[in-house]
Amino acid sequence: MSIDLKTVKHISKLARISLEEKKAEKLADDMNSIFEFIEKLNELKTEDVEPLTSIAETTLRFREDKITSDNIREKILKNSPEKNDDFFVVPKVVE
Amino acid sequence: MTEITSLSLFELIKNIKGKKISSNEIAKSFVDRSEKSKKLNTYVTENFENCLKLSKEFDNNPNFDLKLPGIPIAVKDLFCTNELRTTAGSNILNNFVPTYESTVTQNIWNEGGILLGKLNCDEFAMGSSNETSFFGNVQNPIAKDLVPGGSSGGSSSAVAANLTPVTIGTDTGGSIRQPASFTGTVGLKPTYGSCSRYGIVAFASSLDQAGPMSKDVKDSSILLEVISSFDKKDSTSIDFKRNNYSSELTRNIKGIKIGIPKEYRVDGMPDEIESLWKKGIEYAKDCGAEIIDISLPHTSYALPTYYIVAPAEASSNLARYDGVKYGLRSSGESLIDMYEKTRSEGFGEEVKRRIMIGTYVLSSGYYDAYYLKAQKVRQLIKQDFDQAYNKVDAILTPSTPSSAFKIGEKSNDPVSMYLNDIFTVPVNLAGLPGISIPAGTDKNNYPLGLQIIGKPFDEQTVLNIAYSMEEKINYKNNITDWWME
Repeated sequence: MSIDLKTVKHISKLARISLEEKKAEKLADDMNSIFEFIEKLNELKTEDVEPLTSIAETTLRFREDKITSDNIREKILKNSPEKNDDFFVVPKVVE
Repeated sequence: MTEITSLSLFELIKNIKGKKISSNEIAKSFVDRSEKSKKLNTYVTENFENCLKLSKEFDNNPNFDLKLPGIPIAVKDLFCTNELRTTAGSNILNNFVPTYESTVTQNIWNEGGILLGKLNCDEFAMGSSNETSFFGNVQNPIAKDLVPGGSSGGSSSAVAANLTPVTIGTDTGGSIRQPASFTGTVGLKPTYGSCSRYGIVAFASSLDQAGPMSKDVKDSSILLEVISSFDKKDSTSIDFKRNNYSSELTRNIKGIKIGIPKEYRVDGMPDEIESLWKKGIEYAKDCGAEIIDISLPHTSYALPTYYIVAPAEASSNLARYDGVKYGLRSSGESLIDMYEKTRSEGFGEEVKRRIMIGTYVLSSGYYDAYYLKAQKVRQLIKQDFDQAYNKVDAILTPSTPSSAFKIGEKSNDPVSMYLNDIFTVPVNLAGLPGISIPAGTDKNNYPLGLQIIGKPFDEQTVLNIAYSMEEKINYKNNITDWWME
């Protein structure tokens, strides 16, 4: 299997990372060498194996559905790169 | 008198409780030494002035019942600290100032610890040499231009160089144990679920664990006792009875069964690692342990499994860095353009590589072939350990397949960098506790570590074996302070 430039560009779109042409080529090379190494898993037959999703064998805990924090609006907005009163500001999304 | 900064945590606590030394004297010593050690590049953010002030406050109103009374401690810059910049070694969090505190650091302050500063690490803890940090390489105090390991490289360097009495790191695939091994220090990764992940910048959530790093085993036991706690704020935190790790620490390990897994004898492993391991087996026997050969047949599949599971989880966790709620924002013509430019400028090469791998293995049509397959192999790896633990109490292996390497030596070859974690990754995949202790040196006099892996929640046995072997090994770092100004 080989990951081509087109696939790398598609993945970078999905990952929302813009990529220069030159860097995309290097990334394709790197990904190919990493996947070559990952392909080793195909040696194993795993049809009858249950996937391990969590190592902590606990069922998720429930809590009462009530608000436990104070008004932390300011704290939440504190680190935002751009804000306007009580809102996060982003580039215009509606034409 | 021995310099304050070379004392162990245990000795510092004893001296402070005996009123032979004040918190402020201790803080001053570590701040002074840290100030003179800028060449190591261990700190990303210093908290020196505040630390000195808080130490005076402690001295004015001391509480000697605490477990870390007035002790200054620097922590890896992956732990959110309230009102103090937390970067995770990344440009994207360069200006991030948390408005809350991670549970493990809060546990430290609750027991009297005082924050000394935030320590350098690989970007988002992705790396084995600290070379992926946006804030630059960290020097290993053992020798110039040697990597300190990673991702907790600032932490390992700071402990080895006596810039902090102890520290905490995080370990997703070996990020505490490998840097400990590279710097002749002790590093413990607890059982998954022991230490809360709340407030730790997330990398791979099913693998991440915080743990202590120190000069000796006893100090790690003291710090583990403080940081390990059940926490409702972490949905995978486990409510089990935790030991008083330091007071229950014993060198009596007579009759303990230690397994030696034949699969860890990997191709191309240097002779010095092999002989270190053999010596370790002899030391364990001298301590009264019974040595048993075991098999962990899926060991060689651990690293490929890890390089699916960890990037997949990382790509999902790092989706939150979008330039909207916090962190860096680059300007873009549209919302999508802004996202793409922010993430391109904010993340470094290794982080982008892993996000790309993760996005790929989770993308439509590939999920079953990669992610599901990896989760199944992860099950097999865990079952290997379950079966081994029917016969033995713990497992002894080398910590790393080599000693520390030079800065730049492996940074262009991701796969050779990943191979560093070959002995540590299976432990994360199976969620087990593991410790690295210094056990000898290679031909260059660089430290080499041995790893002891335990049963789930059995940190005490891991610590006891390490404590017992440490006495027999009697390893001392030979550090010349070459970096001091």
